[in-house]
Amino acid sequence: MLALLTRDLRLATRAGGGFGLGVAFFLILCTLVPFGVGADTSALRPIAPGILWLGALLACLLSLDRIFALDHEDGSLDLLATAPLPLEGTVAIKALAHWITTGLPLIAAAPLFGLLLHLPAEAMPWLVISLLIGTPALSMLGAFGAAITVGLRRGGLLLSLLVLPLYIPTLIFGTELIRRAVASGDPTTPLVFLAGITAGVVALIPFAAAAALRVNLR
Amino acid sequence: MSIWEYANPVKFMRTSGAILPFAVAGAVVCTVGGVVWGFLTPDDFRQGSTVKIVFLHVPAAMMAINIWVMMLVASLIWLIRRHHVSALAAKAAAPIGAVMTLIALATGAIWGQPMWGTWWEWDPRLTSFLILLLFYLGYIALWASVEDVDSAADLTGVLCLVGSVFALLSRYAVLFWNQGLHQGASLSVQSGERMSAIYRYPLYLSMLGFLLLFVALVLIRTRTEIRRRRLAALQAREMRA
Repeated sequence: MLALLTRDLRLATRAGGGFGLGVAFFLILCTLVPFGVGADTSALRPIAPGILWLGALLACLLSLDRIFALDHEDGSLDLLATAPLPLEGTVAIKALAHWITTGLPLIAAAPLFGLLLHLPAEAMPWLVISLLIGTPALSMLGAFGAAITVGLRRGGLLLSLLVLPLYIPTLIFGTELIRRAVASGDPTTPLVFLAGITAGVVALIPFAAAAALRVNLR
Repeated sequence: MSIWEYANPVKFMRTSGAILPFAVAGAVVCTVGGVVWGFLTPDDFRQGSTVKIVFLHVPAAMMAINIWVMMLVASLIWLIRRHHVSALAAKAAAPIGAVMTLIALATGAIWGQPMWGTWWEWDPRLTSFLILLLFYLGYIALWASVEDVDSAADLTGVLCLVGSVFALLSRYAVLFWNQGLHQGASLSVQSGERMSAIYRYPLYLSMLGFLLLFVALVLIRTRTEIRRRRLAALQAREMRA
């Protein structure tokens, strides 16, 4: 499992733009938003948590097709499927690799982009916490979507149509966490829900994704 | 005699062919009857004549949810017992469910304009119906884009299972996110009746009509799918010969 993880991480870094592209996309989005809604602090501040979460979500979405597509093309996915490691484990590791290459850099960059959007200082730690808890679920659900669409030639748009509705609960609880933490200082309820969703997704989705992969490798 | 006999397409075609005329006739009579009877009811003293859209809105909304449940059951039967008719029935039901969701959203908007003063409101019920529509669209799109029929049935089956969990999750997550404008359930078993009997009986009739309409449509569409599969099999045989 560790070997697979290091292999995926190495591929992501050496193939170019593994770590950087997601963050660059995130930066562009945060730059474009003030052009769209105006540069007023009063206009940006209330929507900053939502924009940052949407940015993280879209950056995650754009890199999803890389989870399985390249391995499917060169046949290494078939080898992984026949390897002693169960396919569920492969899926979990690949989602983890995706999270490390796109999720973690986004979380590290999020406070900086929060500054650009005038996110209040007291919301910063909560932004990082909510992303830290929520983005693993995004990667795992994305791996499920990627597993379903891996055999399709033009799966990109379909992938977003399938995956984005699944992101709704995570998005709701993630932004609600920040909002409540700033408004009342007590984000316990959304925090628990967000963590619950992530835990459930990480525990159960690998089985669904592996089932979809088996169908596509048949 | 067991329900699994209908997994045999020939048996299914024979039985559904016998049921179909009755389902169609019942659907027409009940839907038309319910809606017309609904239009003849007196105006509500607060909502005026707009109340009459409820005879389309509530049955459509009820079917929109129940069709997804039917697709979930059919997908489970396909995934567990590999009955082709079941997968085809789920495929046939999806566009009907999407249209029912659209009808519920559209009639709700037409009613909401004069009553709430807005076509659309980010109310939990409205939002979760929009999300349900997205799930339907994703499901239909996946069926359309996978070429191999069995793979498509498997993938959409898995998607339906995961989607059901997340549709339910979203339903309660949006409650958390925004306060509602939509009134509570129009009919409820626990809390007694909230509607006067003159509205209730036409509503029951039109709900029955929509249910029969769904049965008729899903039978027609499933039969079409089975015939399409047979046609494809015949063409493949001819190609080989």
